[in-house]
Amino acid sequence: MSATPRAEAPARAPVTRRLLGRQPIGALFAAPYVLFWLALFAWPMGLAVVISFRDYFFAAPGAQVERPFVGLDNYAQALSDPVVHRAALNVAIFILINVPLTVVLALVLAAALNTALPLRTMFRSAYYVPYVTASVAMVGVWLWLFSSGGLVNSLAGGLAPDPSWLVNSFWAMPIIALFATWKQLGFYVLLYLAALQNIPETLYEAAKVDGAGVVRRFRAVTVPGVRSATTLVVILATIVGANFFTEPYLLTGGGGPNQASISPVLLMYQEGIQQGEAGYAAAIGVVLAVFVMGVSLVYRRFVEEGEPA
Amino acid sequence: MHSRRMRRVAVALTALLVLTACARDGDEEDEAGGEEASGPIDIWYSNNEAEIAWGQAVVEAWNAEHPDEEVSAQEIPAGDSSEEVIQASIAAGNTPCLIYNTSPAAVPQFERQGGLVALDEFSDGASYVQERTGEGVEQYQSADGQYFQLPWKANPVMVFYNRALFEEAGIDSEEPPLATYEEFLQTSRTLVESGAAEAAIWPSPASQFFQPWFDFYPLFAAQTGGAQLVEEGEPRFASEEGLAVAGFWRTMYDEGLSPKEEAAGDAFADGQSAMAIVGPWAIAVYGEVDWGVVPVPTADGTPVEETYSFSDAKSIGLYSSCENRATAWEFLKFSTSEENDGLLLAETGQMPMRADLPGTYADYFEENPDYQLFADQAARTVEVPNVENSINMWQTFRNAYSEAVIFGEAEVEPTFEQAAEEITGLIAE
Repeated sequence: MSATPRAEAPARAPVTRRLLGRQPIGALFAAPYVLFWLALFAWPMGLAVVISFRDYFFAAPGAQVERPFVGLDNYAQALSDPVVHRAALNVAIFILINVPLTVVLALVLAAALNTALPLRTMFRSAYYVPYVTASVAMVGVWLWLFSSGGLVNSLAGGLAPDPSWLVNSFWAMPIIALFATWKQLGFYVLLYLAALQNIPETLYEAAKVDGAGVVRRFRAVTVPGVRSATTLVVILATIVGANFFTEPYLLTGGGGPNQASISPVLLMYQEGIQQGEAGYAAAIGVVLAVFVMGVSLVYRRFVEEGEPA
Repeated sequence: MHSRRMRRVAVALTALLVLTACARDGDEEDEAGGEEASGPIDIWYSNNEAEIAWGQAVVEAWNAEHPDEEVSAQEIPAGDSSEEVIQASIAAGNTPCLIYNTSPAAVPQFERQGGLVALDEFSDGASYVQERTGEGVEQYQSADGQYFQLPWKANPVMVFYNRALFEEAGIDSEEPPLATYEEFLQTSRTLVESGAAEAAIWPSPASQFFQPWFDFYPLFAAQTGGAQLVEEGEPRFASEEGLAVAGFWRTMYDEGLSPKEEAAGDAFADGQSAMAIVGPWAIAVYGEVDWGVVPVPTADGTPVEETYSFSDAKSIGLYSSCENRATAWEFLKFSTSEENDGLLLAETGQMPMRADLPGTYADYFEENPDYQLFADQAARTVEVPNVENSINMWQTFRNAYSEAVIFGEAEVEPTFEQAAEEITGLIAE
């Protein structure tokens, strides 16, 4: 009988290797971004959490002011504030309209622009123009389109809502979501175009030989082929949706009518900057950040489910 | 594996909470400068053309005689509002010594931030503010009776009307029927129904905290004979007078006489609106329009000489980051002397807030009769209340007003009562 040799415990790597990995130079290359992330994300985020537990406001350097610790009061206020509830509902409306519309339109347009269309380059540029144009200029055009005497109402005639779109409690949010979808579309089309380049042409040819038509090839080859891009688009569109600010700030005069288009970030701006309630604004911000991270993780699980490892 | 990660997260959160609870409030006391220090200073003034001309002239005159205490002036940096710019600047510690565009509504907030110097700290501070301003100076005192601002100029708001549009609608343009709510409504209906104007009057329906100063508040001041929104810690707008004013505006919105949308430009200058609620600064701006001016309406009509309005005043603040405060104080007095106030009046048409304005500049008003009405109105103005959480208070009021009056989504009385209750809590904090 021979004794079974006991598996030897793996020797612990030296501390430097555990910290810096097998290629320490890699840490050097990553350092600028890590510093950037620490200074512009981690530190402000930590500070926001600290501020959110206080009755905090911005004061002059050196001023002796009272900013007492208030525990979870700011969070309790945020979770019971009807305006925060409205802002959360608006995020849901925005995401429900913006995310599916963005995914479908961007994918269909990218697939179309990936084929040998006449004037393809012009179309590719045209879809990208709204994305690179300043929001303020775009908002000016949309204000003109959707005002009472604007082009849309002139075309709609008796079907135009009263009050008009942007001052109508029901329509203000859908119009904002449509504006954001249209403005961001070019960027997502570009993401899908890049992903489409990775689908081997042979898959389309094989599908064609098997008798698949255009729609079938799109569903069976294109859609699964860009799954990872779809994950990215869905997550990015959700993050943009949860953080929308410019649209209600400019398009509906600061979240109007009567806060029907208020967003959490706009509310943070109003509370923290305009009204000097930085502690409360920070609490809303922390809740929003946790929500976005949670939703992104859930999306990632769902969209990537079934994807080959 | 999971439990180790959970432990790490728990440790990090605990550390953060401990840090949060222990973090020190504020920083060490740091007096930027003493009241005795003199030397070069910076100032900001408003960014409208006429005020820039005035500012440059005053600074040039000062610098010629004070080479060791030179004043450098610039326009206030651009922002959504001056208040936000100043607030950010206070937090950054880079405010200039003097800002000639300080809204009285924001003063309590700037004071709370530790951004302002009490003028009482100068030996002649309080007496200068009181003597120059005269009657009504108490409206500018802080809760503890100090002056953190010098009331500088007023733009008492009145109703401008476009004579050409009134004539087009068949309305008397010399003595237009605009004194009572009923007259004002009937005139508005005639203007819109005749097609002379798209809107009778077009106050901004936006939600910023300061918008009530140009729709509700002037009429409230007139209807109450000079009451502030809050007096002795009690909100006054849910009163019979406040509800009458709100009812008037709600009718204007309900009947489409005032649009619920923001105007693309200046609706009065563009001829889209037949009337506007503005101050005397508008005389220079509306040079192209053949305008007339009347006091704001009241329910039953009030004689001109008894009608109150909102002052739309601006103050001068001396900011705590200023090192050479003695120079700042001397320059503040120099720039608000009788001579330089006269120059302000001549250059901008805005009313210096000094006692006996019509008497002090009698020649000017004789030569410029358009401004006489505003000078008379300046003697009957109401300021914003100098209370804690002032901006928050106005925002709460504006939200209630937007809901119940502009968009008509709630009953006015209960909405105002609820807002009054919230405001009582805010100002008591």
